[in-house]
Amino acid sequence: MDLLTAQAVSKQFSNHKALDQVTISVPQGCIFGLLGPNGAGKTTLIRIINQIIAPDEGALLLNGRKLLPDDVISIGYLPEERGLYKKMTVGEQAMYLAQLKGLSHHESLQRLKFWFEKFEINGWWNRKVEELSKGMQQKIQFLITIVHEPKLLIFDEPFSGFDPINTNLLKEEILAQKEKGATIILSTHNMASVEELCDHIALIDRAKVILDGPVREIKKTYKTNSFTFSYKGADISLHDILPSSFQILEEHNDPDHRFATVNLPVGFTPNDLLAPLLSSTTIDSLNELIPTMNDIFIQTVTQQRTEPATSN
Amino acid sequence: MRKIFLIIRREYLTRVKQRSFIVMTILGPLLMAATIVIPVYLATRANETKSVSILDETGIFFEKFHDSENFKFHYLVSDIQSAKKSFAQSGDYALVYVPKTEVTLPTNAIIYAENTVNISLQTYVKNVMGKQIEELKLQAKLRDLQTGNKEPISVDDILRSIKTSIDINTLKIGEDGQESRSYTEVNMVLGMFSGILIYFFIFMFGSQVMRGVIEEKTSRIVEVIVSSVKPFQLMMGKIIGVGLVGLTQFLLWVVLTFGIVTVVTSAMTTKEIKDTTTGQILKHDEPINPVAADALTTVQNEPKQGTNEVLEAIHSVDFPVMIGSFLFFFLVGYLMYAALFAAIGGAVDSEADTQQFMFPITIPLILALVLSQVIIQDPDGPLSFWFSIIPLTSPVVMMIRIPFGVSFLQVILSMALLILGFLGTTWLAAKIYRTGILMYGKKVNYKELWKWIRFKN
Repeated sequence: MDLLTAQAVSKQFSNHKALDQVTISVPQGCIFGLLGPNGAGKTTLIRIINQIIAPDEGALLLNGRKLLPDDVISIGYLPEERGLYKKMTVGEQAMYLAQLKGLSHHESLQRLKFWFEKFEINGWWNRKVEELSKGMQQKIQFLITIVHEPKLLIFDEPFSGFDPINTNLLKEEILAQKEKGATIILSTHNMASVEELCDHIALIDRAKVILDGPVREIKKTYKTNSFTFSYKGADISLHDILPSSFQILEEHNDPDHRFATVNLPVGFTPNDLLAPLLSSTTIDSLNELIPTMNDIFIQTVTQQRTEPATSN
Repeated sequence: MRKIFLIIRREYLTRVKQRSFIVMTILGPLLMAATIVIPVYLATRANETKSVSILDETGIFFEKFHDSENFKFHYLVSDIQSAKKSFAQSGDYALVYVPKTEVTLPTNAIIYAENTVNISLQTYVKNVMGKQIEELKLQAKLRDLQTGNKEPISVDDILRSIKTSIDINTLKIGEDGQESRSYTEVNMVLGMFSGILIYFFIFMFGSQVMRGVIEEKTSRIVEVIVSSVKPFQLMMGKIIGVGLVGLTQFLLWVVLTFGIVTVVTSAMTTKEIKDTTTGQILKHDEPINPVAADALTTVQNEPKQGTNEVLEAIHSVDFPVMIGSFLFFFLVGYLMYAALFAAIGGAVDSEADTQQFMFPITIPLILALVLSQVIIQDPDGPLSFWFSIIPLTSPVVMMIRIPFGVSFLQVILSMALLILGFLGTTWLAAKIYRTGILMYGKKVNYKELWKWIRFKN
């Protein structure tokens, strides 16, 4: 079941097209990575989902029905460009924003107290925002985003401004939100965290979706049937041992640590690779070369950008 | 609605709690009170001896006015028409005229002067007349008692029955002997004052709205908020919240200014009465009845209602109309301009960039202020009419005209157009605002703004 669907959404700004027939489906209960180079249209799409701006064309569905103005209550949004009122105290501010999301005064107070305790920031309640460090402010913004327990959470570059310890805390909290049943859209350039967190991604470039699907499947399609292995043995040349159809991508012949990466033609298995090797070497390890999200990102975007050029 | 209320409350409370608001609230009334009280004070302090002629058709007050440091009195025997005619040549400061009464004792007088009448003269004339009339009444009463009226009458009853209040009217007399109400000057001052106040309020609170919008933009909180509320709600919430701050400040100013002025002037006039009258009363009173005489002195010594020319003139103004129309033109005028200020705040990144957009907004306001001199000279002329009808200048210009009296129809027309103007600017501003608040680091020009206005949603 998809929690949120964007159907053929287009948005034209005066001098450029920000979104061109963008269709994505965010399954219930997953972490959905929204990726793309700068200026690809991610923020525009996120703003449309938050109903900050309206699309020129296309429709948005939440739980299978049209997205309504009142649905902002069930969305929590942490924008990339975020901040707080500098002259207001943390507590007042958190109360204000929580109530704007539809919580009652009492409820806001109760939940905020809980989160302040959990994040160990009780002492900040009466301090002005301008007295806090950037990282502290980010923490507060994060908890303000989740305090009304929305079923859809949208984080735009949530990790910027966090030190490694707090980044970890944040990741854990994002996963905890998923455990609780929230669906999360995560827009980030931090590919390592995509790798770690996302179940599903959509890659947008120049206003269009160019790649979309569950992470596992995408990785499967981007696998090239390449393997890395390390071995011990006499000074041998792999070229002499392996069939010529096998492509050696990398070869390290350091006597202490020999390893190589080989690409097998379609239809061949690791067994076919090992068979010729076993007679002359001792294999220490063998791993399939799985493309990282970083590779997939770069490869897809560059491919996409060179394709129209070659076809023209 | 709940969200707009939350926004209004935040905007209101954060501003009212600021130190600058509290300082302004205290300083404003002090300054305004000073501008009212100081001229009054100076007037009472005038040293020069002024010659005042008395035309007393009743003859009761003959030789009752005594020369003092400030005034020299002389008595005319003529009729009022020729007295007024010869007034200009006489070089007298003022002419006190007590009209003839047929049956009752005279209780009112008119003071003619070329300019507004010195308050201490008014106080003195009022006191002398009051004392004289009360003395006459008392004598009559005592005669009644002596000629065998059987019913016993208490001192209190006597005092109550002789208590007299004197009406003094002040009129301005022209060189040609034409008289006009000297309140015109008060009207001018009042008109100018409320016009400037409106200008000042619109500017002060309009730019507070603008700064608030810029603050939300630069602190980057705006996107967090517009994910919960519509940009239009945020804009209107801010405008209304700041407007309420303005209203609070205005009402506090009015209350505090009146408070200060009343306290200070009553203190001044009380002192005056004591200084000038007590001695004379004692001197002139024949010791008819020790108790009654004693009581009479006490009555005279009680602080009389402050006969203050400024306050009196202010009393002549139709206050419900003035305050009512001021509130209307202030609020709607503010709403109209505040929307424009909000749009500017939304369009720029910092206050330094606001200049180019502020210019067209300031022009009508400053024009209205510049024209105020002309308008005051000719409050019913075509220039005054048109500028008090056109929404952008009407809040200031109409307020200048209102103390002089403006036809009901014109006021209604002006108000209706102002409301339309408010709706128009708000509609326009909302379009610029909602695009602008999400734009960062972009230098915006008029062409760009025009594009934003034409964006659909």
